[in-house]
Amino acid sequence: MKFAVLVFPGLTCDLDMYHAVEETVKQEVEYVWHTEADRLGQFDALLLPTGTSYGNYLRPGALAKSSPACQELQKFAESGKLVLGVGNGFHILVEAGILPGGFLRNNSLKFRSAQVKLQVENTSTAFTKEYSKGQKITLPVANEFGNYYADEATVEELKSSNRIIFTYAGENEDGSTAAIAGITNEKGNVLGMMPLPERAVEELIGGTDGAPIFHSILNNWSEKHVN
Amino acid sequence: MSINHEPTAKQVKEQRLYLQMGMTEEEYTRAEEMLGRTPNYTETGLFSAMWSEHCSYKSSKSVLRKFPTEGARVLQGPGEGAGIVDIGDNQAAVFKMESHNSPSAIEPFIGAATGAGGIIRDVFSMGARPVALVNSLRFGDLTDPRDKFLFEEAVAGIASYGNAMGIPTVAGEVQFDQCYSKRPLVNAMAVGLLNHEDIQKGLAAGVGNTVLYAGATTGRDGIHGATMSSSEVSIEEENELPVMQAGDPFIEKLLMEACLELVKSDALIGIQDMGAAGLTSSAAEMASKAGYGVEMNLNLVPQREENMTAYEMMLSESQERMLIVVKKGREEEVIQLFTKYGINAVAIGRVTDDKMLRLLHKGEIVAEVSADLLAEDAPSYQKESKEPASFAENQAMENKEPQVANLKDTLLELLQRPTIASKEWVYNQFDTGARTSTVLAPGASAGIIRVRGTNKGIAMTADCNSRFIYLDPETGGKIAVAEAARNLICSGAEPIALTDCLNFGSPDKPEVFWQLEKSAAGISEACRKLNAPVIGGNVSLSNEVNGVPIYPTPTIGLVGLVHDLKHVTTPGFKQAGDAIYVIGQTATEFGGSELQQMVEGKIFGKSPAIDLDTEVKRQDQLLNAIQQGQIQSAADLSEGGFAVALCEKAFAADGLGADVTVEGSAVTALFSESQSRFLVTVKPEQVAAFEKNVQDAVKIGTVTDGEEVVIKDAEGTVLLEGTVEEFRAAWKGAIACLLNSED
Amino acid sequence: MTKVTIYVTLRESVVDPQGIATTDALQKMGFEEVKSVRVGKLIELELDGSEQTIETRVKEMCDNLLINKVIEDYRFEVGEVAGQ
Repeated sequence: MKFAVLVFPGLTCDLDMYHAVEETVKQEVEYVWHTEADRLGQFDALLLPTGTSYGNYLRPGALAKSSPACQELQKFAESGKLVLGVGNGFHILVEAGILPGGFLRNNSLKFRSAQVKLQVENTSTAFTKEYSKGQKITLPVANEFGNYYADEATVEELKSSNRIIFTYAGENEDGSTAAIAGITNEKGNVLGMMPLPERAVEELIGGTDGAPIFHSILNNWSEKHVN
Repeated sequence: MSINHEPTAKQVKEQRLYLQMGMTEEEYTRAEEMLGRTPNYTETGLFSAMWSEHCSYKSSKSVLRKFPTEGARVLQGPGEGAGIVDIGDNQAAVFKMESHNSPSAIEPFIGAATGAGGIIRDVFSMGARPVALVNSLRFGDLTDPRDKFLFEEAVAGIASYGNAMGIPTVAGEVQFDQCYSKRPLVNAMAVGLLNHEDIQKGLAAGVGNTVLYAGATTGRDGIHGATMSSSEVSIEEENELPVMQAGDPFIEKLLMEACLELVKSDALIGIQDMGAAGLTSSAAEMASKAGYGVEMNLNLVPQREENMTAYEMMLSESQERMLIVVKKGREEEVIQLFTKYGINAVAIGRVTDDKMLRLLHKGEIVAEVSADLLAEDAPSYQKESKEPASFAENQAMENKEPQVANLKDTLLELLQRPTIASKEWVYNQFDTGARTSTVLAPGASAGIIRVRGTNKGIAMTADCNSRFIYLDPETGGKIAVAEAARNLICSGAEPIALTDCLNFGSPDKPEVFWQLEKSAAGISEACRKLNAPVIGGNVSLSNEVNGVPIYPTPTIGLVGLVHDLKHVTTPGFKQAGDAIYVIGQTATEFGGSELQQMVEGKIFGKSPAIDLDTEVKRQDQLLNAIQQGQIQSAADLSEGGFAVALCEKAFAADGLGADVTVEGSAVTALFSESQSRFLVTVKPEQVAAFEKNVQDAVKIGTVTDGEEVVIKDAEGTVLLEGTVEEFRAAWKGAIACLLNSED
Repeated sequence: MTKVTIYVTLRESVVDPQGIATTDALQKMGFEEVKSVRVGKLIELELDGSEQTIETRVKEMCDNLLINKVIEDYRFEVGEVAGQ
């Protein structure tokens, strides 16, 4: 299986995502610079890392729309292949209109680096099959705009279609609507989440609760490519 | 607006305009004599910037020369953007600490942010990938609204830049004392890694080679920042603020990636950050170090504002700019490389053989000065030094315990002192886990990042107890280094080299210069004993408010090597039943202690004593015990003494407490700040081996299951007891509480 | 050249953490008359183009990039560049 890590200008945490693939599923993984995004078709899954891109100017994730890579990203998402966007990657997915909602500044008004408890709400997605339903996991967060916002109608729709994948199980400190920590698109092939599974794949650096996401992605692909 | 009608050379001299640029009469005369003619306005600007303390170290050079700078691991000592030490496997650690005190006193968010940005550039200009940040911060005690503002904004600023660069902040320290009120210290340190063959230097060599300018455009921001940072803040002057140089981490990230790709290319000759004194210092230093000259056409400099003069361009401190020398004929491919990252790179000059810095603007030669004259021949002063009367007075005092009514209340109060309280409020704003290499994050004794592809780690810490240095600079200097080393040892690392930021008052005050000399002597001796040379650093003088100097604060940034990541040790208790040991003796030593400041409202007397041979012995023995797997947890005893350290070991654990017995006077046993002490826990089955290894260890109790801390005296009488929760609550929320309190 | 000033605010229904904190701060400082603060941003554009097209173009810019309509509202003013 081939993973692409899409790198927009100024993106900071591409390395974390790259190493998570190497550490967990040990599959091929490549950085794709935004001007080369026309070759995304060669890949089986697309990873949008966290951190900062474009200095997080205007609104985090917004300026990615100025790159042709954004259209390639939309095409990739429509093709049904898996897309995982975490942190800033989630911002980009929302700004690109691939996932609903928006992001506000954290309630604390400060950047917040912490370990948070999450509940896995839906274990039937391609990203979460390796978790058990209702499982409580701990992942790091590191963001200043982690406060996910969606209006009531959107939240209702997300709920009724089981597209809320993770919720904050402890305190919802950043203030996200309905304690939402991660959602998918309608097709279920695009997951955006604020907490950072790629930083929790080794005991040495903060636990392994993020690893099942990568294993789920690989298993999903393997099942479809048995022969 | 721009100065289109620049004063002539004659006017500069007659109207003594050089004084406004920060040059003294003697310096101007020296410049005129060495140049052999009267320097014009632009040239005077070049001299004033290059001969500022910030660039030339003219007042501190005599002191800095005494630091030990050599060692088996040293690949690059002081004099380049950052120092470099070998860490084995053909890899090296590159690091430096730098101050951004003056800008942070004026506009703390921008000042602190650009401090982080500058030190990151220093590290990647050496060819190294920055992998970790450390900071050392000092503020007033958070009672004054201005100090609260400075603290909140400086922390947010330093966090914003590091976070936006994707470089984790893994260690740091913050202390609070009224001597820093309105004059905060913001010292930032960056650590990078590289392979030996990628080491770069700031050299402009090879006649005919091309000088490239890469990065952000040049504006009028920060003109004369180098001279400003060498002068004191006068509160009355707050209305006349200079234009601050703002930072752009987005550009810097792109610039960093481009530069790190460039260092792999054989087209590159030399590279240097345009830091303090911008284009002037980078060009003059690169030429001088290489023994060549540089000629630049300032028309070609990318400019952000209209009608900029040569003077303004040369003195601008706009951020995120690099000066690069590449082989003649290879310019296009290098420019292409930068373009790929969206960075503007332009050829603005060439290397010459005449050792001159020659500047052309609008078809005329606007400055022509020997590069050596600017970079090497700056004046050097042996400042007058005088022992202050207070030193002898303090030395003559008896060591006495402060009056304490209730031990538990005292401990609770100490835990809420901002210097001792949890720094969570600060470090939760840093992205501590970026790059997924952080093995120990802030909150431990030191920060540790792993070296990918090996089983090793790089440990780092910043430390300086300026109260001890104020009372006794030589002893305090030794303590600063020893304490930093203790923090590394407790984490399982061997100290290998250090960088420093020498933050002092005005060197023109003989008492201040005496502090500088004495503390440097103490630091030097400790470096020799601990085998940790100084490989770079920075000097920040004239940190004064209304003529009152800060406490002398030579911050130590120490880097260590973890030979095997399984040696990594944390402060928290691990298991009930483990034996608790104190290593080292406790004496009645309260001069400059947190308890003395808290009870008496001031500091006086002798600082705690330190014997470096004893220090080295204990550090070696403890590190050895850690490496042999005999230690469950380790921490050193510092501000607040034993009781605070014991509590912190419980705070860092989950559901564990302690039951211990102390000897002698309770106040001394609980709160003295005697040096060279550690608090460790050992599994029962390891006790015999540990005791054989570590001579000065005394068993004082055990880790318990209950969430209680109990301290008894030798007769078994309980001196102090409480739940971990009540102590933790006091400690954890104290800083947020101070910030939110009404004034 | 034309100058367009775009005022961006959070939508009424969206809670504004900055606004709440600022309200609180102002009240603490003795400005008890303050009942609510909403913090927005100001975007200034200088552009060429005819008056007829500017409105449509600026609206497109807002809809496509400058504004996230899920959380933000905007209005804009069109004027001359000062000093021209």
